[in-house]
Amino acid sequence: MTATQAWEETYGGAARDVCRRTLLELAAADPRVICVDSDTGGLEDLFAELPRQYVNVGIAEANMISMAAGLAAAGLRPFVHTLSSFAAARACEQIKIDVAGNNLPVRIVVTHGGLSAGHYGPTHHAVEDVALMRTMPNLTVLVPADAVEADLALRAAHELAGPVFLRLGRAPTPLVHRGPCDFEVGRALRLRDGDDVTIVATGPYPVLMGIEAVELLAGRGVRARLLDMHTVKPLDRGALVQAARETGAIVTVEDHVLVGGLGGAVCEVVAEEHPCPVRRIGVPDAYNDRVGDELHLLNEAGVSVERIAAAVLELLGVRAGR
Amino acid sequence: MSGSLTERALRVRERILKIGAGEHGTHVGGSLSAADLLTVLYGEVLRTDPRDWFVLSKGHASAALYAVFAEYGLIPEAECDTYGAPGSRLAGHPLRRLGGVDFPTGSLGHGLSLATGVALAAKRGGRLGRAFVLMGDGELQEGSVWEAAMVAAQLRLDNLIAVVDRNRWQISGRTEDCVGLEPLPDRWRAFGWSVREVDGHDLDALPGVLGAPPPAADRPTVVIANTVKGSGVPIFEDRKKSHYVKLSPQLYARASAGLRNRARRSR
Repeated sequence: MTATQAWEETYGGAARDVCRRTLLELAAADPRVICVDSDTGGLEDLFAELPRQYVNVGIAEANMISMAAGLAAAGLRPFVHTLSSFAAARACEQIKIDVAGNNLPVRIVVTHGGLSAGHYGPTHHAVEDVALMRTMPNLTVLVPADAVEADLALRAAHELAGPVFLRLGRAPTPLVHRGPCDFEVGRALRLRDGDDVTIVATGPYPVLMGIEAVELLAGRGVRARLLDMHTVKPLDRGALVQAARETGAIVTVEDHVLVGGLGGAVCEVVAEEHPCPVRRIGVPDAYNDRVGDELHLLNEAGVSVERIAAAVLELLGVRAGR
Repeated sequence: MSGSLTERALRVRERILKIGAGEHGTHVGGSLSAADLLTVLYGEVLRTDPRDWFVLSKGHASAALYAVFAEYGLIPEAECDTYGAPGSRLAGHPLRRLGGVDFPTGSLGHGLSLATGVALAAKRGGRLGRAFVLMGDGELQEGSVWEAAMVAAQLRLDNLIAVVDRNRWQISGRTEDCVGLEPLPDRWRAFGWSVREVDGHDLDALPGVLGAPPPAADRPTVVIANTVKGSGVPIFEDRKKSHYVKLSPQLYARASAGLRNRARRSR
C-alpha cells in the first residue's frame, strides 16, 4: 500500500465515521470520556467493549444536553451525539444555560450540518446552527472541512477546558488534506497564497469550492488567498485583519444562511478593525424545501465555484472602478 | 444560628417575607411552600462526604434558598438584604457564582436532567453522593422533565431523588385547571419511579422521608411533597395572588404578624 492509499484508507470515509473511531480511541485512553448517544445508530455497537463509557438517552435531545452538563459538572467528559438541528435549534436553551453558561466541558458532536442531509429535507438541514451557536458564551464552534480536520478537531476538543460544538456533515466528502495538517483551534488554515483577494470558507464543500475557485481565478490572472476557517468561534481575527490589509477584498463561503454565520462574523471583524469590501456566498434567507443531494442544493442556493469566482471578479471590478 | 427545625423554618420564612418586602418583591408563595423542604434538606439530609448534589429546579424559589443559606451560615445574614441590588450575588433566580449553587436555574424543566446526569456520573465511578432535585409542580408540564424521568428509570438511578413541591398552584391558577397533573403519583409510577408522598410541612416526618434509602433498589425516587402555597403566612396561604408579591410596609407588617401568630399557636 502506498502512503497515499494508506491516507485514503484512514480518512476516506465520512468525517463522522472517522470521528467515531477517534472517540473510541479517546475513550479507551481516558476513563472520564463518556459517549452520550440519542439513538443515532451504530455507537451502541462501537462502544460494546466500553459499556461504562456509553449511554443511550433515547430520542430526547433537550434532556440529553442538560444531562451532559450534569455529567460534566460531576467530573466526566461527555461527548454527545445528535443531528445539528436537534442540538443547536431544539436544545438551544439547554446549550445556552446548562452547557455554555456554566462553561462545562461538554462536547456536542453533531452531524448533518448545513445541507448535508440532502434529500432528507429541511427538517434535517441545519443552515442556522452556526449563527445560533456563535452567540453562546464560552462555546468553541468547530466546522472541519474534511475527515482529516474532523479527526484533529475531535482530539483538540477533548483537550479544551470548556464546551465545544463540533459540526460535521453526513455523507463522505472529498479530502481537502492529502497529508498531515497543522490544525489548531482558533487559527485559520491558509490553504492557498495570494494577494489580490481572500476567500474565507468554512465547512467541506465551501472549502472545496474555494480551492476550485482559486484555480479558476488563476486562469483569469487573479491570485486569490484561501483561508479555511475551521474555527468559527473564537474567530481568527488576526488572519482576517491581515487578509483585509494585504488583499483588500474578501469573499466568504458557507453552507449556512447569510444571517449571522461565517460571513456575518467576518464582516463584524473587518468592519471594526480594517474595513474592506466583502461579498458573502451562502444560503439565502428563505425556507428551502427543494429536493436534492447536498451539492445540488448548494448550487441551487447559490453556493458554487462559479458564484465565488463571479463575486471575486465583481469585487475586484468594484475596487478597480474606484 | 441554631435551634429546632421549627425555629429554623420560622426564621427562613421571616427572611423570605423580608426579601419580598424589598425593592423588587419576590416569588413569595412558591418560596414559602418550599421553605420546610429546603430547611430540612440543607439541615438534615444533604451530606458532605461524599457530597450530595442539590438542584433547585424551581429557581424562582430563590428567596427560600437564600433564606436557608443564611440560616445555615452559607451566606451572611445581611446579604439577604442585597437581593436583586446592583452588584449582589442574589439574583431573582440563583446564580452559579453564589457558592453552593451547582447549576443556575430558573428556566423550568432543566433540573431533573441535570440531576440525572450527576446521578449517572456517580454510578459510572465518580466518588459522589446522591443527586437531589426540587421541582415545582407546575414545572412538571415541561416535556423535558418526562424525558429525564424516562431515562433515569431506564438507567436504574436509585441515587436520584426528585422532590416535587406540590402546592397545586401556578401563575394562572390551580394546576388542575390549567393543565392537570393528576393522578400524579400514578404517572410517576408508570414512568418506573418509586413514589413517596409526604406532608411537605411536617418537620418531624420530612427528614426521614427525604433522607431515606431508596424504597426500591434500581429505581429513582420521587417524593411528592404536598404543600400549601404561601405556607405559614395566613394572608398568602393557598392564594393565587401569592405567586409573586412585593410587600408594602403595611402588608409586610400584617404578613409577619400572621406568621408569628401561626407559629405561636402551633407550638
